[in-house]
Amino acid sequence: MSFLKKSPWIIHYDGSSCNGCDIEVLACLTPMYDVERFGIINIGNPKHADVLIITGAVNSQNASVIKTIYHQMGDPKVVLAVGICAASGNFFRDCYNIKGGVDTVIPVDIYVPGCAARPEAIIDGVVAVLKLLEEKTKK
Amino acid sequence: MKALLGIFGFVIFAPLAGGILCGLDRIVTARMQGRYGPPVLQSFYDVLKLFQKQNLVVNRFHGYFLFCFLIFLIISGSILYAGDDFLMVVFALTVADMFLVMAAYSTNSPYSFIGAQRELLQMLAVEPMLLITGIGFYLAAGSFDIGHIVSVGKPLIFKMPGIFFGLVYVLTIKIRKSPFDLSTSHHAHQEIVKGLTTEFAGPTLALVEIAHWYETILMLSFVFLFFASQPVVGILLAILIYFIEIIIDNTNARVKWQFTLKSSWIVTLLFGGINLFILYILK
Ligand code: SF4
Repeated sequence: MSFLKKSPWIIHYDGSSCNGCDIEVLACLTPMYDVERFGIINIGNPKHADVLIITGAVNSQNASVIKTIYHQMGDPKVVLAVGICAASGNFFRDCYNIKGGVDTVIPVDIYVPGCAARPEAIIDGVVAVLKLLEEKTKK
Repeated sequence: MKALLGIFGFVIFAPLAGGILCGLDRIVTARMQGRYGPPVLQSFYDVLKLFQKQNLVVNRFHGYFLFCFLIFLIISGSILYAGDDFLMVVFALTVADMFLVMAAYSTNSPYSFIGAQRELLQMLAVEPMLLITGIGFYLAAGSFDIGHIVSVGKPLIFKMPGIFFGLVYVLTIKIRKSPFDLSTSHHAHQEIVKGLTTEFAGPTLALVEIAHWYETILMLSFVFLFFASQPVVGILLAILIYFIEIIIDNTNARVKWQFTLKSSWIVTLLFGGINLFILYILK
């Protein structure tokens, strides 16, 4: 039995985004959506986290930050890319400093589409993550 | 035999009760904020999950230190439930805390360092009141022996209301509730607030959580001692005090360490000291 499913702790990192997706991620924690119902906590510390949620694209400055956060997390861990920016760079992708989506620096497990991604979609993404976490614990 | 039963009961039931209490705490907190909140057993899920995570060790000693922290907390509670010396309970509690601080220092992280320093300050703020509580029990009940304190006919609260208030004040610091959750907090969204637990991950963090359950029950047992002759009332009041702590937790912003230290010492001196003085004169 994997207890990761019952208590996924989240760390949220904001890359080069317009802050739209950010606000939607935080909206999940509000009374309206209250993800703590599923034991989900926004923990803010990579060493305690199980799920890395990234909004926004990767640029040349935050690439190393994202890598560091990813490597500081203990196994099993999953990465959730929220928003089109995190998936591909969106309309920022042609900027001189943008590398592209999150998968240009670390492996991404689940993509949540949307610009901005709706809280419902984000919660759906997290639920998909839970299944994945269970599989990863078994390994 | 009775002592053994007490120890056995504490070791087994304290984490169960502590875990459920923490779960209820989170539900009540959520309801106060207009949310639904997690299941009651959430704290147990969290700890079981932490045991399934990778153990990230930054210093080969930090796991041992945390283990000692837990062991000494259990020893402290066992002394209390065996009906032994109150002062020994307080000293064992201090030793336990020292191990927690050493664990935080061993990780070599600036966040843990700050947390450890704040933990030391919190100990400095709490310790005088705990000792005054012990001396108060001695003056009011005639012994440091908890077996004796419990057997006194009338609830001791009538003789030591000031000390009781002082103890409840430092209780907030001890069970790590806002506004005094300086060294580490459950509501942390950044490392500096997570403080001394920043670098603990997986199973070692689980040890800290379990220790927190023991600590909560131990502190509430202190509250219970004031009403020991009326066990049912005592338990209900201990739960009520915990509920009041939750309300304080939700309505107060975190304060600076200066205020924590000053205010707790003023309360200790004013309420604890004067109460002690009156007990001494009346004796
Ligand atoms: S996907 Fe859209 S809303 Fe989200 S960060 Fe990018 S531009 Fe903003």
